Amino acid sequence: MSELTKILLFMVSCILSHNFIFSRFLGCCPFLGVSNKVSTAAGMGLAVTFVMTLASLFTYGVYHWLLVPLGLKYLDTISFILVIAALVQFVEMFLKKSSPSLYGALGIYLPLITTNCAVLGVAVLNVSEGYNLVYSVLNGTFGALGFMLAIVLMAGVRERLETANIPKCLRGFPASLIMASMMAVGFMGFTGLV
Amino acid sequence: MNLRLSIAPHIRSGETTSRLMLNVIIALVPCAIAGIYNFGVNALVVLAVSMVTAVAAEYLFQVIARRPVRVGDLSALVTGLILGLNLPPTAPWWMAMVGSAFAIIIVKELFGGIGSNFMNPALTARAVLLASWPVFMTTFVNPTYWAEGVDAVTTATPLATGGVAPLDLLLGRIPGSIGEVSKIMILVGLAYLLITRTISWRIPVIMVATTGLLSWAFGSDPLAAVLSGGLLFGAVFMATDYTTSPMTAKGQAVYAVGCGLIVAVIRAFGNYPEGVTYGILVMNVATPLIDKFIRNRVYGHRKEEKAHA
Amino acid sequence: MPKDNKSLASVFFNGVINENPTFRLVLGTCPTLAVTTSAINGLGMGAAATFVLLGSNAVISLLRNFIPDKVRIPAFIVVICTFVTMVQMLMQAFVPSLYDALGMFIPLIVVNCIILARAEAFASKNRVLPSIVDGLGMGVGFTLAITVMGAIRELIGAGTVFGIQVMSSGYQPMLLIVMASGGFLTFGLYLGLFNLIVNRIEKKKKGGAAA
Repeated sequence: MSELTKILLFMVSCILSHNFIFSRFLGCCPFLGVSNKVSTAAGMGLAVTFVMTLASLFTYGVYHWLLVPLGLKYLDTISFILVIAALVQFVEMFLKKSSPSLYGALGIYLPLITTNCAVLGVAVLNVSEGYNLVYSVLNGTFGALGFMLAIVLMAGVRERLETANIPKCLRGFPASLIMASMMAVGFMGFTGLV
Repeated sequence: MNLRLSIAPHIRSGETTSRLMLNVIIALVPCAIAGIYNFGVNALVVLAVSMVTAVAAEYLFQVIARRPVRVGDLSALVTGLILGLNLPPTAPWWMAMVGSAFAIIIVKELFGGIGSNFMNPALTARAVLLASWPVFMTTFVNPTYWAEGVDAVTTATPLATGGVAPLDLLLGRIPGSIGEVSKIMILVGLAYLLITRTISWRIPVIMVATTGLLSWAFGSDPLAAVLSGGLLFGAVFMATDYTTSPMTAKGQAVYAVGCGLIVAVIRAFGNYPEGVTYGILVMNVATPLIDKFIRNRVYGHRKEEKAHA
Repeated sequence: MPKDNKSLASVFFNGVINENPTFRLVLGTCPTLAVTTSAINGLGMGAAATFVLLGSNAVISLLRNFIPDKVRIPAFIVVICTFVTMVQMLMQAFVPSLYDALGMFIPLIVVNCIILARAEAFASKNRVLPSIVDGLGMGVGFTLAITVMGAIRELIGAGTVFGIQVMSSGYQPMLLIVMASGGFLTFGLYLGLFNLIVNRIEKKKKGGAAA
C-alpha cells in the first residue's frame, strides 16, 4: 500500500470506524448538551475541529521537542491541558480581532472547548498510539470531523423528535443517550474499515 | 399514521396505515413461504415467535404506558415479520424474541411509536442481535429442499465464500437468512408493492444499481453483488420504510445512493461480510438532515431564500 | 457542635443523593460510558475520581483567598491536574492491570466536569472541612452510580459481576451491552429508571403532605 492510500484510509477510519463519539466515548458532554439544533451543532463541530487540529499540532511539539528531551514525560497531562487552555484563549482573542463574523459564529463555543475531553483526549491518544506529526494532526482534524458528523446527525434526529411522545422519565438526557446508542449500532458496520 | 409535515400539495389517497401495512404483509408472504419451504420447520418457528412477540410487546407497552392501543394498525406485525425474515433459519427462538421485543419497545415505542422512530426497528434489532450473539447470527445452513438428500450443513454465506452460480442465487439455492435467499419471491413482492403503489421504484432501484456499479468498480461481479446477500430484500422492504426514509424524490435519490454506497464499501473493505443492514441504518440516521436540506421549493418563494449554509 | 455535624452530614448526602453527579447533574458522561464495562472498572474509576475530588477540593478551599478571581479556572485546573498525575503514578505502580483497563480515561479525569464544577461551585466558597466532605460525598455518589452501572453491564454482557460467574452456564451473554452502543443504551435506561423512581417517591410525598 502506498503512503497516500494509507493516509486516506486513516482519515476515513478517524471519521467512521474510530468515531470519537460512537467508539471512543470522547466529547460526550457537548455531544449531548449542544445537539438540540443543527445550526448550533454545526458551529460547535467547526469550533472543535479548529481547536483539535491546532491542539494536536502544539501538543505534539510540546511533548516531543520539550518534555521528552528534558525527561519530563510525566508532566504530559498538565502541560497538554495548559497548552489547550492557552490555545483556546488565544484563538478566541485572535478571532475576535481578525474575523468578527467567525467569532460571532464560534465564540460562544470556544470557552466550553477547554473542558471538552475530545481535545485533551486526542493529545493523549496521539502520544499513546505513537503517531508522528502528520498522523497526529490528521487524527486531530479528522477525529474532530467525525465528532462533527456525529453531533450534526444527532441534532437532525433531535430536531425531528422534538415533538415526539417520549415517556416522561426518559425525556432529555436519557432519550438522547438511547438515540446515541441506536446511532452507534449503525456505525458499528464500519468496524474493520482499516 | 405519519405525523411528519411535508410541503403542499398533499396527495390524499384515502389509504390508511393498516391498509398500507397489510399490503406490505401480503408482499412479504411469498418470501416467507419460500423461506419455510427452503429451510423447514425452524424457519416457521422463528417467524411465528418474532411476530407474536412484536404484537405482544407493543400491546403490553401501550397498556402499561397508558397510551391508546394501536396494535390494530398492523405495523408491529410487519416489524416482527421483517425481523424474522432477516434471521438465519437456525436462530434460537429466544433470540427472535429478544430482537423483536427490542425492536418494538426500544427502537419504536420509547420514541413515541409509529411515525416517530428514527431508525428502522427490525433492522436495528437485527444489528443488535448480530453484535450480541454473532455466532448464532452467522450460522447459516444450506436450504434442505435443494440439498438433495443431504442434511442441513452449516456454511458461510456466499458473500463470504464467493463463486456461486447466478441461477442458484436467483432461485435461493444458497444459505442465508430466511427471507433474503429467494430473489424471485422478493421480485414478486416488489411487483405487488409497485402495482398497489405502496412504494415507489425510486429507492430500491437506485440503491441496488449503486451497489452493483460500485461493486463492479471495486472489482467484483456486479450481477453476483446484486443477487447475493440481503441487498434485494433490504432495498425492497426495509430501505423503503416511510418513517425512516426521506419525503421528497430528490431526497430519496440521495438516500438511496448513500445506502448503496455504504453497502458496497462495507462489503469490499469492512469486517462484516454484509453491509445492507448498516447502509440502511446509517442513512436512516441521516434522513432528518436530508429532509431538512433537500426539499422541494415552496411555491411562491424565491430560491435564494431557501439557500442553507 | 451538633449543628455543624448535621450540616456536614447534609453536605455529604447532598453529593450522594440530591445532587448525585451522575444521575442528577449528568456530569462526567464520558468516563461513565467508557469504563463501565465491568463493576471493577467502575469502582476503580470512582475511587480515582474520589481521590482527585478530595484532594482538589481541600487544596482549592485552602487557597481560595489567595487565587485571583481572573485566573481561578487555570489555577483550579493546575491543582486538579497535580492530583490526577499523582493518581496516575500510584495506579501505575500498585494496580497496573486496572490502570491498563482504564487507559486514557485516567488522565482525562482532569477534564471531568464534576471536579471542576465542585471546585467552582463549592470549594472556592467554603471552608476546608465542608469542602472535603463535599468532595467525599460527590465522589461516593459518582462511585456508587458507576459501579452499579458497571455491574449491570457486566452481568448482562458477560454473565459475571466483579468477575464472579452469576448467570447459569447456559446463559448466552448479550455482547452488545459491553460495547459502545450498549454503554449509551444502559446509561439511558438507567437514568430513565432513576427518574421514574424519583418521580414516584416525590408524588407519594406530595400525596402524603396533602392528606
